[in-house]
Amino acid sequence: MSTGRHRFVSTDRRVREDRRFVAGKGRFVADIDLPNAKHVALVTCPHAAARIKNVDKRAALAMPGVHYVLEGAELAAATLPLMTGLDTPNVPRRPLAFEVARYSGEWVAAVVADTRAQAEDAAEEIIVDYEPLPFVLDAEQALEKNSPLVHQAHGSNVLLDKSFVWGDVEKDFAASPRRLSLRVKWGRSSTVPIETFGVVTTWDPWREMLDVYASIQMPRFSDQIGAALKIPNTSVRVHYDVDVGGSYGVKRGIKHTVLCGYLSRRLGFPVRLIEDRLENMRGGDAHGPERLFDVEVAFDDSGIVRSMKMRALENLGAYAGRSPFQLGKPVTAIVGPYKIKSVQYRAIAVVTNKTTQDAVRGFGQGPTNLALERCMDEVANVLGLDPLEVRRRNLIRHEEFPYLIPSGTTYDSGDYHTVIDKVLADTNYQSLKAERDRLRGEGKLAGIGIAACLEPSGGNATFEALLNPKITTSTFMDSCRINVDGAGAITATMHTTSSGQGHETLVGTVIGEVLQIDPDSVRVTRPDSLNSLPSGTPVGSRMAIMLGGAAFHAAEKLKAKVTAIGAYDLGIPLERAVYEHGTVRDRQSPAFKRSWDELVHIAHRNYHRMPQGFEPGLAVEHVYQVPTGGTLPTPDGRVHMYPCFAFEFHLLLLSIDPDLGRPEILRYRLGHDCGTQINPKIVRGMTMGGIAHGIGAALYEEFAYNDEGQLIAQSFMDYLLPSSHEVPPVEIIDHETPSPHTVFGQKGSGESGYLGAPAAVANAVNDAIRPLGISVNTLPIKVAALGDLIAEAQAKGR
Amino acid sequence: MRIELTVNGNHHTLDVEPRTTLLDCLRDNLDLKGAHAGCEHGVCGACTVLFDGVAVRSCLMFAPQAEGTPITTIEGVTPGPGELSPVQDAFCETHGMQCGYCTPAMILVAHALLADNPNPTREDIVEAISGNLCRCTGYAQIVEAIALAAERMRGANRPSERQK
Repeated sequence: MSTGRHRFVSTDRRVREDRRFVAGKGRFVADIDLPNAKHVALVTCPHAAARIKNVDKRAALAMPGVHYVLEGAELAAATLPLMTGLDTPNVPRRPLAFEVARYSGEWVAAVVADTRAQAEDAAEEIIVDYEPLPFVLDAEQALEKNSPLVHQAHGSNVLLDKSFVWGDVEKDFAASPRRLSLRVKWGRSSTVPIETFGVVTTWDPWREMLDVYASIQMPRFSDQIGAALKIPNTSVRVHYDVDVGGSYGVKRGIKHTVLCGYLSRRLGFPVRLIEDRLENMRGGDAHGPERLFDVEVAFDDSGIVRSMKMRALENLGAYAGRSPFQLGKPVTAIVGPYKIKSVQYRAIAVVTNKTTQDAVRGFGQGPTNLALERCMDEVANVLGLDPLEVRRRNLIRHEEFPYLIPSGTTYDSGDYHTVIDKVLADTNYQSLKAERDRLRGEGKLAGIGIAACLEPSGGNATFEALLNPKITTSTFMDSCRINVDGAGAITATMHTTSSGQGHETLVGTVIGEVLQIDPDSVRVTRPDSLNSLPSGTPVGSRMAIMLGGAAFHAAEKLKAKVTAIGAYDLGIPLERAVYEHGTVRDRQSPAFKRSWDELVHIAHRNYHRMPQGFEPGLAVEHVYQVPTGGTLPTPDGRVHMYPCFAFEFHLLLLSIDPDLGRPEILRYRLGHDCGTQINPKIVRGMTMGGIAHGIGAALYEEFAYNDEGQLIAQSFMDYLLPSSHEVPPVEIIDHETPSPHTVFGQKGSGESGYLGAPAAVANAVNDAIRPLGISVNTLPIKVAALGDLIAEAQAKGR
Repeated sequence: MRIELTVNGNHHTLDVEPRTTLLDCLRDNLDLKGAHAGCEHGVCGACTVLFDGVAVRSCLMFAPQAEGTPITTIEGVTPGPGELSPVQDAFCETHGMQCGYCTPAMILVAHALLADNPNPTREDIVEAISGNLCRCTGYAQIVEAIALAAERMRGANRPSERQK
């Protein structure tokens, strides 16, 4: 894998975090036993919407081990509502429902007891008097005038309705001989990590300090906790050295932490809330997008798509944190990898009586990619052209980069045609089609699925300002600090949690590369939030770019400092000094040098040998702004967002059992270009995991509700995560088009696979059932529904 | 109630509520935190331990039911502080994990598989881990880790053949 340009970057190195995990010595939140910690259990609303008339907690309080029962009214009086992204003051969100509960499973009261079992037993004894209220579950019904209102004071169910026109859409539509409309639905699913969310808090009244141990992946976490609890941020200490058992976006946990933080202050002892699986799925507020697209594309007879009109309607659930912004992030790649000249985009977000959403892998990009890729296939279908050929004709060409898309983002680099050619060199497309046709000849339904998608990376989140003009944030940073101690050993710090992305390995590798030393000799730690520099956390596929960039620049600063110290001590001009593997030499006389140990000794103990004005010691830090960032949207709604765009090309063959409707993926190839891969093992793992997650979203996973508003997927027996049987072997064919904006040419890969797999699987299913004259555009494509659809079509055909 | 458990070769006398799951008992009473709660209804497999060498879900058993049968947890297959078993090392070699939450269970399942079948096919491995959910990896590097461990362990067990 190594390109030879680097010593450690892009080489096949082990991931340092793995050693503790294989021994069962990760330190997950549930492993943290604080002395005297009490347990929280929750009382949840059984109705889709209900007024809370009375909470009778007498029986619960009389039970053994029970310390306290907290109601929404007390919490609402003592704390501020949680931060939201949109300017919707009449849609307050609180940890416990106050006066009205707005979805089945919403937390109404919290019980604190000595043990988890005692807390759960007591929760069952709390009698809540509810007055059921009218409710709405469907996003389109929530838009109707006579719909029940989820939040009466807001006056409607619409939290966001923004329209954008980028380019001359009407002219491009008028000039196009053909157009096509498609309705595509992305079903409600999520990331559903194997570790549920958990938090342990403890309050020290003498130091005025709330210590928080949580399974989080959340920007500005301590700020939000401090604000809601009305205590200074400097009184919130979040411990980042907690291993997070998977997140992929959803481990936000603000409401859990505000609840526990309040309880531990109120009660004077540590409090822990570790979700069980039911709580995680129902009341943990960790659902993902549920989005309805109406897309119209205008194109010509050769399949060139000139313009697109897209309306996206998002079903947020009952409250909104950052989730409406998931309609904004895809604006940064709204045309995908294609040269679509103009776009009309309308983004609507409504509240309904379902569980609240949070960020999910890709932050809305996966659903948008699905809509776009379904359209490309249908364009090919109506023209009788090959879907791969239609894509080739529309793809941006290598020589056209940097490429400005209509919505204002400039794509950094790419070589999409070459990636596809490499995949086809590995897998002959004609023989794949022949295999499909052979299967069809045997009476099976078989289809080929293609998806060509982008993964925006780097996490420039100016979609916040695009959707809420009151937000003027254009700074998106990450940071690294390096200290060389008096013995010459190097410690680097990173300033957020990790949920499996190998950040310690990333930091060690980058610093090792710059300083030309063994990466494993660099200790990487995670201080708590009060000892940290700013970090944007691992969102938006940003850490290879942002933490990698911060570590790179910090290491460069360190290298520059030791080089200057060496030059000064050697008595030579700086430009004659050369840094090599920790040693500083005289370029003209290489034997004339200062070793690492000598340089460290000078910095720590011989101030008289230091260049004038230098700080003693060898401590450096770098706070890194997102490349190409720093601008806000223009008044006409254009904005440059993410700096880097990785490309993935999915090609798969799938067959469907015509009697059962059960799909089986027979072959799967992925072409992947995320620029320079800092650690190929990590990139491959992320990509494979993303594909598996995408297969789940396409075929199996759904937070389904019944007509009464009850979540009916409440366990792993109803919400189906792909097992090893459902994930086929995938051959990944790498290509490397470096990004010009990053320190090693790297792009992000944390969402790779997931951003295209659902579209590729949906296209394969449609290719398979097209001969029956049917199509399916709603995910997940569940076995039973697909079987029924096929049976109905076959019955008609007879 | 008073129970007696043999875990990782050590004998313990414990006082637990009858309804205590084996998982909670291992984690809370014996401080063996390598077994993880994922679903607590027997689907995800993150709580897997070896029950007389057989991979079982410790969330579906009560601790008193485990009396009289030797139990092995991830702590029991780790040879020593800082030392890894061949299976653990193979997981590191292929990066057969990301967040590490399902990992101890996957490794125990691999140990159980390889004890019965030192030469598993890909299908054998896929079948063996199919009761253990991993959300991070898509399973590919886990399957490779187990195949690699099997290969290395076969080699290690037959030095004379390897020399041929």
